[in-house]
Amino acid sequence: MIVDVVGGILLAGLTLYAALGGADFGGGLWDLLAGGYQRGRAARQLIDDTITPVWEANHVWLIFILVIFWTVFPSAFAAVMTAAALPLWLAAFGIVLRGAGFAFRKEVEALHWQRLFGATFALSSLIVPFFMGTVIGAIASGRVPANAAHTDPAVWTGPTSLLIGALFVAVCAYLAAVFLTREASRRSDERLRRYFTLRAAVAGAVSGALSLATLLEIHGSNPALFHGLTHRALALVIVSAACGLAVLVSLVTGRSQALRPLSVLGVAAVVWGWGVAQYPALLPGTGLTLTSGAAPHSVLVTVVVVFVVAALLVGPSFLLLFSLHGRQLLEEEKPAEEGGT
Amino acid sequence: MHAMHLLAAAAGGGQVVPARAQMATTLGFHIILACFGIAFPTIVLVTEFRGLSRSDEVAMLLARRWSQVMGVLVAVGAVTGTVLSFEMGLLWPGLMRAYGAVLGVPFGFEGIFFFLEAIFTGIYLYGWQRLPGWTHFWTGIPIALTGLGGAVAVMAANSWMNSPGGFTLSHGRVVAVDPWHVFFNRATVYETPHMILAAYMVVGFVIASVYAAGILRGNRDRYHRLGFGIPFTIGAILTPIQIFVGDTAARAIASQQPVKFAAIEYVTQTGRDVPEYLGGFYVNGKVYFGLRIPYADSLLVGFKPSTKVTGLDSVSAANRPPALTLIHLSFDAMVGLAFLLLLAGLWALLVWRRSRGLPRQSWFWWLGILCGPAALVAMECGWIVTEVGRQPWVVYQLMTTTQAATTNGGVIDSLTAVIVLYAVLGVVTLILLRMLARRWRQSPQTEPEAVVPYGPPAEHREPTGREPA
Repeated sequence: MIVDVVGGILLAGLTLYAALGGADFGGGLWDLLAGGYQRGRAARQLIDDTITPVWEANHVWLIFILVIFWTVFPSAFAAVMTAAALPLWLAAFGIVLRGAGFAFRKEVEALHWQRLFGATFALSSLIVPFFMGTVIGAIASGRVPANAAHTDPAVWTGPTSLLIGALFVAVCAYLAAVFLTREASRRSDERLRRYFTLRAAVAGAVSGALSLATLLEIHGSNPALFHGLTHRALALVIVSAACGLAVLVSLVTGRSQALRPLSVLGVAAVVWGWGVAQYPALLPGTGLTLTSGAAPHSVLVTVVVVFVVAALLVGPSFLLLFSLHGRQLLEEEKPAEEGGT
Repeated sequence: MHAMHLLAAAAGGGQVVPARAQMATTLGFHIILACFGIAFPTIVLVTEFRGLSRSDEVAMLLARRWSQVMGVLVAVGAVTGTVLSFEMGLLWPGLMRAYGAVLGVPFGFEGIFFFLEAIFTGIYLYGWQRLPGWTHFWTGIPIALTGLGGAVAVMAANSWMNSPGGFTLSHGRVVAVDPWHVFFNRATVYETPHMILAAYMVVGFVIASVYAAGILRGNRDRYHRLGFGIPFTIGAILTPIQIFVGDTAARAIASQQPVKFAAIEYVTQTGRDVPEYLGGFYVNGKVYFGLRIPYADSLLVGFKPSTKVTGLDSVSAANRPPALTLIHLSFDAMVGLAFLLLLAGLWALLVWRRSRGLPRQSWFWWLGILCGPAALVAMECGWIVTEVGRQPWVVYQLMTTTQAATTNGGVIDSLTAVIVLYAVLGVVTLILLRMLARRWRQSPQTEPEAVVPYGPPAEHREPTGREPA
């Protein structure tokens, strides 16, 4: 069914945004916690280097998700945007502050301005994933009514929403720390490698604990979703847990090669696990399914075509960007740190 | 705040007035950055091409510095553009519920262009150090092309709202969509080139006016002449083309969106021998203080005085746009400013033909400074004309803006937040660009420096260093 294909495209967009955009948000958290400007300099420099040329491209996944969502499932989009308006506004404003703060910090010289913009960037990097998580939680816990006319705090402040909000922040921090560990290791910077290894392990443990807590909470509050996660999506849940453990082992043993793919696979398994567990409900609890909420057939075909064209054009371009970035061809002057490929 | 509450109350307590105000604020802000996203890469690339092909160090320095400015503006544009995507749903859920599937078609293609633009911008902006010269130049070409593609896609969506088509309704629901017809609707033929030309003119003239100010201060070196000359030439060449496209667009609007045209030209009654008003206020069906040119409107629409022009009386009062004076004066300002820009271009052309150089008169440079703001204001006025002129419709003759607006309370609050946030964002962006300019003035021959967050190397940093702003 083509509607399943476009649902999959939406989940693929979510996965890529969670993995790539999530790591950029997590960088903000570590930037915030890096300490004073002397102590935190090296860590901030690495964070800045890894985010700078790629964050705008990674951010486009969000636009992609929004557009595909409203195109393919217009009434569900309108319902979510109405019922969960407040957290979405806060996320949108957070996105403005985060992007602007990050871009501005690079251009100012005076320390107090760098601190102001840096703090803006770092704090808003926490706000955005948290509120986005609460919206996903609102959908998953079936609190978004199909014909919402008004926003209601009860929609997105339930325990599932708050837990998923916290989980999003933790996962962003985890992904960022894993990516930064890998980067530090590639640059043979032993001190930063250890620094981010510790943080990746802590964030990984917190993410794992929050995932379990969310699962337990869903067990009581949302039996349908829990059943989906422990039956149809069980394989994915196991994959995500296994990937999380494998990342922890790699961190402890200092093997950094497989860190990034494993952590991304773990996060992808969570996103797809949610999708598979909830299938075919679009807004659980409303009777709105992928099929009943879908746009006309020709629109779905157009979306598939757009996705194929995007995969053919955008995919290789992303690979080019990431490979140039990986070979440190997209960095500002630091000739002493010529890294291998 | 209080005044805004009154404003909302005056509109019958609905959210449509603050929602429109918020959309106008965020779109009016973002469109400036969008212009830079569409046109700036081309101008930088033209400059880099000159630098590479003629080993012109000055051109290379300009291209590099403009690229740094582009980095700031692209970042701000990326996030303010995201806000608009959110607002489509947060402010206009009624529109998205009914027509999201249709509007998604052009926006879907826009997504591809936006991706490619962001990816190659990342490569181009940060590739100056390590990529070889021509390789670096070529990584910029996709940015210029996707900027155009993105503009085409977004303008297709906007012009679809003016000229909706390509879908089948059944019981008020969209049941079939013809993507091709949606994308290439009747209005996109003239709206799209009009906006792309506007973007190039805005960026060309704004950049030029920065260097015009430098030249007026006495910095008539090659750096400033080139910094003025390249963008000004691009803007000036496009101005007459834009006037032609705009004139064509106005005629198309007269036939396709006659009420909008009637509002633009103060055509109260359908008829022949319709006069044109320059300026003037519209109060209760009468035009005050306008310069009335007999037959001119009929002549402009159909090239003869007997041309029939549809008036506001063709629809009931409820289906006419509000704020006719605003629409008409915005249109007049746009056209007037376009001719001012044309004049500046002709002046430079005449001097160039005579002396192969730029004008010496300080009057010209004052005009040069004015060109940037003039192009900006003209572009914003154009948006006011097309958006306010479409009211009360959001999708022309199919859905009113009130039907589209959110039923959530609290738009006043998000509007207030947006005004504060964007005011700060705008001011800080301008301060930053001024700081960059000041830094460049102090070290005119150095390359843009890599700035390390939270402190460049010690010898570089003094605690009592220069204060920004």
